[in-house]
Amino acid sequence: MSAFLALLRRDLVLSVRQGGALGTALGFYMLVVTLLPLGLGSDLNLLSRIAPGILWIALLLAALLSLGRVFSSDHEDGSLDVLATGALPLEMVVVAKALAHWISTGIPLALTAPVLGLLLNLDIAVYPLLIATMLAGTPAVSFIGAVGAALTLRAYRGGLLIALLVLPLYVPTLIFGMAAINGLLGVSGTASAMLILAALSLASVVLCPLAAAAALRVQMQ
Amino acid sequence: MQLIAENLVLERGNRKVANGVSFILESGSALVLTGPNGSGKSTLLRALAGYLRPAAGSVRITGAAGDSGGGGEPCEVAEVCQFVGHLDGIKTHLTASENLLFWASYLAGPADAGESIAARVDGALELFALDALADIPAGYLSAGQKRRLGLARLAVAYRPLWLLDEPTVSLDAASADVLVRAINGHLKRGGMAVVATHVPMALEPVQAIHLGRQEAKL
Repeated sequence: MSAFLALLRRDLVLSVRQGGALGTALGFYMLVVTLLPLGLGSDLNLLSRIAPGILWIALLLAALLSLGRVFSSDHEDGSLDVLATGALPLEMVVVAKALAHWISTGIPLALTAPVLGLLLNLDIAVYPLLIATMLAGTPAVSFIGAVGAALTLRAYRGGLLIALLVLPLYVPTLIFGMAAINGLLGVSGTASAMLILAALSLASVVLCPLAAAAALRVQMQ
Repeated sequence: MQLIAENLVLERGNRKVANGVSFILESGSALVLTGPNGSGKSTLLRALAGYLRPAAGSVRITGAAGDSGGGGEPCEVAEVCQFVGHLDGIKTHLTASENLLFWASYLAGPADAGESIAARVDGALELFALDALADIPAGYLSAGQKRRLGLARLAVAYRPLWLLDEPTVSLDAASADVLVRAINGHLKRGGMAVVATHVPMALEPVQAIHLGRQEAKL
């Protein structure tokens, strides 16, 4: 357990010291959301109707930006080899690193969403639910993304390949995230959509480390 | 404790780089791997550490289970080894001591319980003459200093088996002596070391395997 916490702490310290990952993700998120109203025109009713969808899709794209570094920086400097000889199973190494990605990228992105919602004329009543769906859904984003990062560890321009691999896998998260928010806007079923969203995240937390660790073992040969 | 390799056949991209390597390494002794570039020294070390699955043959370790004496139970080699490869495994954004503090708490096993993490890190920094550089971000260290920091990882957590891939690269003569003394000290405490090297190292007691370009000879 202390090895797990040591790795988690190191990755969080590194994400603060290196700085680039979170800054890029947040900047990208804000830019995409700012550009969309400029392209769609100033129809406030239209903007407020599509705002949750825009915020969710932009969040997925922004989170993708930093996924490529989850394993590759450790692979490049040889740390991954040493991490694999620790007492911690490789699966738990993946959990620690994906959890660090969620804390350092997923949570800040989810908390930025309401600020950007102002730009899109999003109804204030939706804010709590929007943050709740994002906090419940982003663990799946980090853990599914970890599988893509592990698979593309040694690929040239792996970052682009990750997008192709994992964006289709984000579809269920996106659908149920939107379903929960739309529930508040009139359609029923918010609670069940939230539960399914949480279930998707929990299932990915359990299953994705197995897949990512298997991919890492192949890549390290 | 024994490290036993039996008839190891290793492949790299469908090309055999080692053929029929067998050895038995006893506690307290070292194995030196020599051979020309491309003869499979690094591949053999990676296979011993368990990163690479051999095409045939087996690697196992007997009588492990930490310092409890063990009952001759086989266990994973990866659990008892420290691997120092061509890359140093250090983070340039952390200071030298933060790097070692992380590895000390990450790699710590039951054998390290007697000493605090900070004490182990201080000891390792002193051993490899890095104490003056402890608070400098590792990115500012020279190649040789980074190498010493990578090797200092060996001293922060006790693992019986050291796997070293050309550890003397970019070390000056004095640091290479420190490394040889560290390995010999490790052997005296009952440890084992497998070292791939191009330069002669004064390790004692030692056995040697020379890997040929096509096939390995004992």
